[in-house]
Order: sequence, then structure tokens, then C-alpha cells
Amino acid sequence: MSAIAVSTTINGDEVEFLCQAEETLLDVLRERLGLTGAKEGCGTGDCGACSVMVDGRLVCACLVLGAEAEGRSIETIEGMANGDELHPLQTKFLEHAALQCGVCTPGFLVAAKALLDANPDPTEEEIRFWLAGNLCRCTGYDKIVRAVQDAAQELRGS
Amino acid sequence: MSFDAKYKAQDYNSVGTRPVRPDGVDKVTGRARYGADFNMPGQLVGRVLRSPHAHARIVSIDTSGAERLKGVKAVVTAADLPDLTNGDQTLFDILDNCMARSKAFYDGHAVAAVAAVDAKTAREALKRIEVEYEVLPHVIDVDEAVKPSAPVLRDDVFTGGVEPKPQTPSNIANRSEFGHGDVDEGFAEADVIVERSFRTEQTHQGYIEPHACVASMNPDGTADMWVCTQGHFVYRQNCADLLGLDVSKLRVTSSEIGGGFGGKTHVWMEPVALALSRKAGRPVKIVMSRNEVFRASGPTSATSIDVKIGAKKDGTITAAQATLRYSCGPYEDIWGEFGAKTSFACYGLKNVKSVGYEVLVNRPKAAAYRAPSAPMAAFAVESTIDELAQKIGLDSIEFRIKNAAKEGTRSSYGPVYGPIGIGPTLEAAQNHPHMKAPLGKNQGRGMACGFWFNFGGQTCTDLNIGSDGTATLAVGTVDVGGARASLSLVAAEELGIPYENVRAVVADTASLGYNDMTDGSRGTFSSSMATISAARNAVKVLRERAALTWDIPVEDVIWEDGCAKATDKKHGNLPPLTIADIAETAGKTGGPIAGHSELVADGAGVSFATHICDVEVDPETGATKILRYTVIQDAGKAVHPDYVEGQYQGGAAQGIGWALNEEYIYGEDGRLQNPGFLDYRIPVCSDLPMIDTQILEIPNPNHPYGVRGVGETSIVPPLAAIANAVSNAAGVRMTHIPMSPPRILAALEGESEG
Amino acid sequence: MAEVNLSAALAALADNERQIQIEAKDIRELFRKLEERYPGLEPVLKNDVAVAIDGVIYRDNWSKELPDDAEIFLMRRLTGG
Repeated sequence: MSAIAVSTTINGDEVEFLCQAEETLLDVLRERLGLTGAKEGCGTGDCGACSVMVDGRLVCACLVLGAEAEGRSIETIEGMANGDELHPLQTKFLEHAALQCGVCTPGFLVAAKALLDANPDPTEEEIRFWLAGNLCRCTGYDKIVRAVQDAAQELRGS
Repeated sequence: MSFDAKYKAQDYNSVGTRPVRPDGVDKVTGRARYGADFNMPGQLVGRVLRSPHAHARIVSIDTSGAERLKGVKAVVTAADLPDLTNGDQTLFDILDNCMARSKAFYDGHAVAAVAAVDAKTAREALKRIEVEYEVLPHVIDVDEAVKPSAPVLRDDVFTGGVEPKPQTPSNIANRSEFGHGDVDEGFAEADVIVERSFRTEQTHQGYIEPHACVASMNPDGTADMWVCTQGHFVYRQNCADLLGLDVSKLRVTSSEIGGGFGGKTHVWMEPVALALSRKAGRPVKIVMSRNEVFRASGPTSATSIDVKIGAKKDGTITAAQATLRYSCGPYEDIWGEFGAKTSFACYGLKNVKSVGYEVLVNRPKAAAYRAPSAPMAAFAVESTIDELAQKIGLDSIEFRIKNAAKEGTRSSYGPVYGPIGIGPTLEAAQNHPHMKAPLGKNQGRGMACGFWFNFGGQTCTDLNIGSDGTATLAVGTVDVGGARASLSLVAAEELGIPYENVRAVVADTASLGYNDMTDGSRGTFSSSMATISAARNAVKVLRERAALTWDIPVEDVIWEDGCAKATDKKHGNLPPLTIADIAETAGKTGGPIAGHSELVADGAGVSFATHICDVEVDPETGATKILRYTVIQDAGKAVHPDYVEGQYQGGAAQGIGWALNEEYIYGEDGRLQNPGFLDYRIPVCSDLPMIDTQILEIPNPNHPYGVRGVGETSIVPPLAAIANAVSNAAGVRMTHIPMSPPRILAALEGESEG
Repeated sequence: MAEVNLSAALAALADNERQIQIEAKDIRELFRKLEERYPGLEPVLKNDVAVAIDGVIYRDNWSKELPDDAEIFLMRRLTGG
């Protein structure tokens, strides 16, 4: 049992941790760092509930090893709001009732932000295909898509 | 107990608005704590060893290798969960499902469990448990299981509901029959008869959050559990019964729940976590993997259904008959009975007969899934109804309206209906622009009706007024999809205060009296009733305190707009006392102000919906695309319309997945081949269009605001509506769900050959 | 006097009577009298039976009054998802 020492940046803060070779980034975030916003819905990269950004790229944290975080910059749902000011996507998800149980919500928000950062004016089809890697079982996606559309409009306006 | 639940028409200030939910910020910032997000000091990691065989006798289990491994703190088998069920078969079945005793009945059945210092050690420990199995022949298919040649799962199950009582064990656990009139006579009167057989495959509720719990048991007999559940009081009772604990010494806290849909209505590995904690003397956390969720929790029945319906040329149905075989897994249940009860419930029929069979197979124990058993029966019946309408040459909605159940109709399951809402949903569908929209090539439209019983049940609620006049509401029904928002609206309405001044929480089992779980579409129906009752009790106290303050009789004090007001002229111009004024001085007028309610919310009333769906079928690939979807359902009164729409849309989406893609696929070896979201494909965002909703509000006479449960009915019509649409688009009648591309292609090829 | 209809499964425990005439003011009294007349029903009445009164199903409220001329239907208790 020789732990690996990792230095990384999470939500703008420098973080150091020790992990085993087989631990995923999701294990590390949840079990070692107390960042439980990313959820494990499948552990195989199929549900998107653990979506995080690694060096600006949208990934499933369950498919990345903790050790791979070395030297990288990681963004999670916990870093999405600016202090007590929610990101427009977060606000619109609330206003549109785009969540029921809410367990998929952090993953959807991270994925949707990645979309709008890259494409500020997506069509409904582009939103639907971008978010196809995030499973929601409660909503039928209707209100989620509307919330993303509304947030995109607000972000473009400001 | 004297609460008057009768509906009374009124204007609303809060109810019917769409504010942001009180648990929302936590959920969009990642702070909300679900089942797996909680830890206790000194906690161990629990893991379950599961049978790789579909059917096997457990000859022996040697746990010594695991026990010797450093870091392993406890190993349990069925011996550590002795049978305390005292002849209660339902409870024994739950126990046996939690931990197999003499036999493993399905691939994934738990046979042992470990608690270790970390996940790696726990995994290693599972490998060191040696189980000797005697593999037995298995049966997976529901039609195979009823054949005399099928391997019999249980030697203690004899078909119930038949005379004379059988002398040999059978995989048919029970037969139930419903109906009235004489179907043979009815069919003799018919001009046209359609008779078909249908099949639906087994699906999973597919909640995104796997089962998770943390259990801690102390040497003094007290215990705590944190768990994702639809009913923490039910879990407490199950666990206390199975482990021999005093009910009140086990405190269960429900975490935020990441979806349930019926799959979190009874215990799975929670008693095992308690048993491990008891043996290890430390808290134990068990989180199921997705593989375990699919193999060992949840699924609904696979079915095989024969339907025969006859009608006259004028469109009057003369007789209807169905035989429904529902798989239960290895334990008897009432899924076939539900199918039989619901199958013809939408219609007024002179002659009707439905027979349900409970079939035991080597699949996981079937659990409720949103209006359990109704979607499959509706698929079979509504497909036949559509075909019959076409044969007679009647429009499918007109044919249904002509035969729809009305007030005074004897339902196919027995009782006579009071005022019911199937007619209005059909008329709304008939008038909906969706029905008139043009269709293109390879496109088809389908519609279907659905029925579900709704329930109420035991409910207990506390409402406490804070010193500043704000209110906290403690409810005991788990919030699965926005209930805290709805119940806060109700409390605000009754107290006459802003929604923002109410904070609703789901209280743990030590803080409130017993509550039934959030199932049967009962959460908002029953907890809103209890909230109204609790708030009215609090208002009574508020009026008494105002009367004391003013030194006038309480009869002269009314409650209006969040204030106590003196009514009688002789009290001069006493300025109103706000709730905050009264709360501030509560310590001097008799102490804290609260309202409590315990009641049985009965009279939920039955529920109906009509769905319309347009599809396009690709004749090259057999793939189906949903183009447009409309849900029309009666909500009685929509307390928070956003979350009512959400229930309609979510149920429709689950039904779409069931209709087109989702199914348990077993190999010849009886092992589940697709226990993951990659191969068990639930609908993703790009599969679906927007889902339009129309909320009808026909007040429920048995609720003060007219509220009706809305959670389940929305999953009943989609299988049939989509099957009808696909049949209209492709020109072939689809009789096997899911209508996956290979099945549609096969049907198209069969048609061109025939 | 209420006319009580039993589902087939329940009738099997009540000398195969599908319709029974009973004078009862509420569900509790109805159950008590049914138990007296058909002891075989006792275990199921405790927990496994729901009562439909004029089409509305009651599962737990044994104090529910039975109106005159009401249609009473006893069925197995249901659960949901």
C-alpha cells in the first residue's frame, strides 16, 4: 500500500492529497476531499452524474484516476456559484423547476456550463445532443432544456 | 381525528403559484446530501457477495478466509439474520431476499456480506468467502415458468385462489379473478371480435441514485440509520422486525432521495448493514453499485397477456376478457392481481372478466414501479381497443368516449364509480390541436387511456410557529419531487403568510408519529391534508392567544390574512395582531405555538389520463423517433403546477423508454446480461421532444382543496399510446414491448412476407 | 342494512358468499360483524383489506361511516409505487 501524492487545483484552490493507484477522481473528490456534489450513478461513465471539468474539458470523474489530477485544474459543481451569487444556469434550473429528485442536477449543470462556454447560442437540438451523456429519470428533460435555453439567453444578454 | 376533509371551493393566494423550491439551492450547489453523501465516525465499508447462479442450493458457506483477512471487522450470512418473522410470509420473503437462506433464487441474490476498513479490503474479503452451490435448473421466462415441465422454484408454494386446493407445488403462486356479467354471452352478441396476445419485458425503475445507507447499532439496543428511501418509517419497521429491535430505539433519517419510483419502498441491504454493524460494533456504510441495483433491486414484472374484446358495429363493446401472467421473481406478490384489476378500469362494460396469475421465476424480487402493473395491462387492452375501433371504422377517441366509464358505472374490478375523470381527459384529447396536426411519411399518431388507484394513508405532521411569526413544517412523507415546496404553499395558504416564511423539512422517525411512505401518489395528497389540519390547529391556538391578549372571548376573534382580528363592534378599534405579534409574546400567553395533526388520509379517489403521441418509424432500421407527445391528466387541484407537470412529463418519459428500449436481457445461463446504463438504455435528452401537458382540475371531493395524487398515472398510457402510434406509422400491429428496432424490423418483414 | 360485496378471494374465506347483508354504522362495526359471522376472514380483515364505499377506496379509516344504501365492496389492500 503505497499512496500516491498528488498536487492539483480544484475550483481555483491548490489542493494536495494522497490516494491509491486504483482510486478514481470521483472517489478522491467524494471520499477524501468531502466534495460530494459529484454523484456516482453508475461508475462506468454512462450517466454523467459525476461530470466535472478537467483542464477545461468535460469528463466523467468516475473514468479518471485520482492520480491523473496531478498538475491539472479541476472544476466541480461546488465551484460554480460565485460566493453567494448563483450562476445563471443554477438560477434558471430553480426557476424552471428543472429538477425533481436533483441527484443528476450537479452533473447537468456542469455539462450545461461547458456547452454554453463553448457555444453561447445553441439550438434545442444542440442542447439535447450535448446533454445526452447525462441521465435524468425524473423530468423527461423538458424543463432542463428550457432552463438551459433561458440561461443561454440571459448570459448572451449580459 | 375529527378533521373534515371535504372539498370546499375557495380562492387561493399561495396554492397554484410556482415559487422556487426550498431545497433547491442545496441541490444546484451540490450541498444536498443523498444516501451516499453521509458518513459516520469510525465507519466501515460494507459489501455484499451475490450469487452468480440463477437458481442454486446453498450447500455451505465458509467465511473463515474472509474473517482472517486483516481489516475485516465482520462477516455475515443468513445465520446472522435469523428468522424472527413469526409466520409472516411477506416479511419472511423480504428477509430471504435481503440474504438468501437455503437457496439462491436469482443472479445477484445476496448470500453473504462483509464490513471492512476500506473498500479494497472489503472487495478482497468477498473473494475469500467460499460458497458451495448445487446449481439447479432455472426458469426466466414467464410463459415457460407456467408450463408443467418448468423447474419449480419453491416446494412450499401451491397455487392459491383455485378450488380444489392443488396438491403439488407450482410456479403459479396465485390466481385472481375480477369482472361481472357473462363474457360468453357478450361475445355472442358481438359483430367484431379482436383477440391478441401481448408480451412486455422486465424493466427497472432506473433511479439515478443507487441504494445507499449508513447503519449504526449500539450494544444498548439503540440504533441509527441514514438511508435513501421512499418511506423511512416503513424501513424502520422492516428493519426492527427483521433484527428484533424495539421500533422506537431505531431512528431512521431519510436522506435526500435520488429517485425511487417504487424501487425504494421496501428494504434491500439495510438490514444487512445493521447486522454487520451489530457484529462489528461500528457504523457500516453500504452503497450498491449500478450492477447490483440492476441485478438485485427493483425491477417490475415481465408479462404475457391475452386480450379478447368484442363490439357491435355501432361501437358498443359487448364483452372484454383478459388473462394476465405477471412475473414476481421468486416470491409471491400481487402484480398479476393489479394487472387484472386495472386492465379494463377505463370502460363501462356489461360483460367483463380478467384473470391474473402471479408467476414465480428466477429473476429478482419484483418491486412496485409507478402505478405498478397497470402500464402492461393498458398496453394490451388499449392496443386491442384501437384495433377494434379500426375494424369497426370508428375514430379511436370516439370509440373510447362511447365506452368510457362514467359515474354509476360498475368498474371491472368491482365497485361502482362515483364522479370520475376519464371522460374529461378524452374530450380534452379530442379537442387538442395535437389531434389535428398533419403527419408526414412513415409517421403515425396513437393515443391511449390509463387508470390508476391512488392512495392516502397514515400521516403525521407538525407545524411550529417561530418567535418571529415564521413557521417550520415537519412532515414524515419523503419528498421525492418537490413536495416540500407544495406543502410550504399549503401552510402559507392556511396561515395567511408568505411562502418564504415557511420552512418545510422531512423529519426523522424519532421526531414524528408514523407515516406511510411516499407511494401510491399519496405524498402531496395526504401530507397536504395533514398540513392543512395542523395549520388550522395552530390558527386555533393563535386566536386563543390573541383573545387572551385582548381579554375578549375567543369566539370574537377571526383569523384573516395572517392576522387575528376582533370581529364584534364592542371591541372598538382593536388593531389586528399579526402572527409575528402573537408569536413574540407567546412565552407570556401560554408558551410555544404549534399545530399538530395525525390522520388517515383516505378517499384519494381513482385517477385517469389520456396521452397522445406522434412517432416516425424508419423502415430501414426499425428505429422509432418520438416527434410529439401530449399528456392530459386530472390533478384535482395543482398545488405547485411546475411539479405536477414534472410528474406528467417524467412518467411519460419513463413510459417511452419502456415502450421503445428498456428490457432485462438474460442469457441461457440465467444471468442478466445488461446490468448497466450502457446496455440497459433509458431515454436520453436527444431521444425526446418537449412533452406537452394539460392539467385538468376536477376537484377531489375528499380533500379540502380538491387535490388528487398525480405521481403514477402518467406512466400508464405511454406503452399503449406509442404502440398504437407505431402500428399506425408502420402498418403492423406491435404486440411485444419494447418495440426495439429489431422487433419492428421483424414485424415489417413478417408483414411483407405475409 | 348494507349490502357488502366480496371479491372472489375474500368470498373463499366466507363460505363462498359474494354478497352479504349487514347492519353496520362504520367500517369498524362492519369488520367486527363479518369476523363474528365468518371467523376465516379475521386475519385478512386486520391488515389486508380495503373497503370501497360508493366507488371510493378506504384502506385505513375504519371510522368511515357507511351511508344508507351505500355500495360496499371489500377488496385486497393495494400498494403503489
